[in-house]
Amino acid sequence: MKQFIAFVKKEFYHIFRDKRTLLILFGMPVVQVILFGFAITNEINEAHIVFLDKSHDVATDKIKDKILSSGYFRLNEKTPRSSADLQEIFREGKVKVAVVFGQNFYKNMLTHQSANIEILADASDPNMATTLTAYVTAIIRQYQAEEQTITGGLIGTEVKMLYNEQLKGVFLFVPGVITVILMLVSAMMTSITITREKELGTMEILMVSPLKPGLIILGKSTPYIALAMINAVTILLLAWTVFEMPIRGSLLLLLAECLLFVITSLSIGILISTITNSQQTALLISLMALMLPTILLSGFIFPINSMPLVLRYVSNIIPARWFIEIVRSIMLKGVGLEVIWTETLVLAGMALLFIVVSIKKFNIRLG
Amino acid sequence: MNNTYAIKAENLTRQFGSFTAVDQISFQVKKGEIFGFLGANGAGKTTAIRMLCGLLKPSGGHAEVAGFDIFRQQEKIKQHIGYMSQKFSLYEDLTLYENIRFYGGVYGLRMSEIRERAEDLLKKLGLTQQRNLLVKSLPLGWKQKLAFSVASIHNPEIVFLDEPTSGVDPVTRRQFWNLIYEAAHGGTTIFITTHYMEEAEYCNRISLMVAGKIKALDTPTGLKTQYAAESMDDVFLKLTQQ
Repeated sequence: MKQFIAFVKKEFYHIFRDKRTLLILFGMPVVQVILFGFAITNEINEAHIVFLDKSHDVATDKIKDKILSSGYFRLNEKTPRSSADLQEIFREGKVKVAVVFGQNFYKNMLTHQSANIEILADASDPNMATTLTAYVTAIIRQYQAEEQTITGGLIGTEVKMLYNEQLKGVFLFVPGVITVILMLVSAMMTSITITREKELGTMEILMVSPLKPGLIILGKSTPYIALAMINAVTILLLAWTVFEMPIRGSLLLLLAECLLFVITSLSIGILISTITNSQQTALLISLMALMLPTILLSGFIFPINSMPLVLRYVSNIIPARWFIEIVRSIMLKGVGLEVIWTETLVLAGMALLFIVVSIKKFNIRLG
Repeated sequence: MNNTYAIKAENLTRQFGSFTAVDQISFQVKKGEIFGFLGANGAGKTTAIRMLCGLLKPSGGHAEVAGFDIFRQQEKIKQHIGYMSQKFSLYEDLTLYENIRFYGGVYGLRMSEIRERAEDLLKKLGLTQQRNLLVKSLPLGWKQKLAFSVASIHNPEIVFLDEPTSGVDPVTRRQFWNLIYEAAHGGTTIFITTHYMEEAEYCNRISLMVAGKIKALDTPTGLKTQYAAESMDDVFLKLTQQ
């Protein structure tokens, strides 16, 4: 125990005397949350729209009003007179959507003939285009439903967004940012700090000393567990105060799951450090083999359901995928362990596997 | 335990794939002796020292260090030896005292013991004033002397030194050897590898390694007579040209 305390103390000296690492450790989470929260967002505000209205009747006016008052759109100063005008306007690039009403719109609607609306969107940014057309369609459908209730018409649809009524992008990003940061601090930092001792030659001295290999690893990783947890709390606090993100489930459970994920990531970091002897390689492996899949395949940015089948299978072996699911469930849905026990079990199993493999590998290196 | 040898090696061998780095070497080191392990770079000195310290498993042969078997009793050996590697082995971003305290803690010394030994050690090296400086601010020679003292902080029976003086100027090298003599005088066995031939003269006995084998083992004077050479340099040249 005395050996262990001496070791951890030494490790903290290393961390606190390295100003650059310290800056990365504590600056990065704040910057990332702010960046993801404010700058990188899927939400649409005031997209430029034009109307080509061949009817100019009660119905088209009402639909136009509805669209413009939704807050998502803003009427562009240009008014197209023909389809050719539309081409020209889109080419200029400022206008993102155009709505074209057919002739005799209101009359056709009343007589139950097909009343035509055409929605055109600038799909050079496909995501944006999809979202915008979805918004316009929704507004038109809403109008349709209202009309039908007045005239005693058909079925009205109502859409309700559960758990995140305002569809805030930051709710999606915070679990992802926590995941990336915890992964980075735990896996990358541990693999670097262990390979650093190998590079400096101090690892040999430690191995010649009576310290057990397990104790060396534990002593090296304990400070990073503490730091990662501080980061997790920082991010949660930021998310809560700045972006008003709720934590609907148990905070204690959330922190316990964070700890589990930190341990899983740490054990990957230790595994990396047993494969290589250089800090550079450790850094590269951490970035390429961990960060990229964590960001791309975990469901942080791209939904797992829309991936090709192969990638969906691959995403299963990425710890972050399970952790993001856990964080979203606890924070947004407020569920407890009875719902997320599978994910928890998978993470725990991964941690165990990595720890066993890295201890085995570490011992082989000794031999 | 009460035999006169600190280290006994018999046909100790280590292969890396098809390459035999250390080829059936046998020797004994007496307690309190300064035993030099000489050879060109790549002769197998470091491999041999790493096997004795338990950093590397031998492929064959037997060896005892401080009376313990290197195959079965590695953990016991660790309590009784100190080790200083080719690479500088202190933490540069820790102060002198923090380094001493850390290694003292690693060897399970009590806080009072650590404090006492740190005082002695710093006084002996004339570094009491610098105790709270970061190690990286010291010149290389001083770092090496400090590293040696730290490697023997737990009063080990044997200290293994792997080319401790490479890259150090002759004056500091001389001072370094004074520290070694002092430790040996106190009963510590010193096992040292070097490729500086003039350092061989400082050892009680030396073994010369060529291509993984021990080619000669005797006192410096004995070797010089045997090979009719004026200096250890000549001995070494004659041996390698055989």
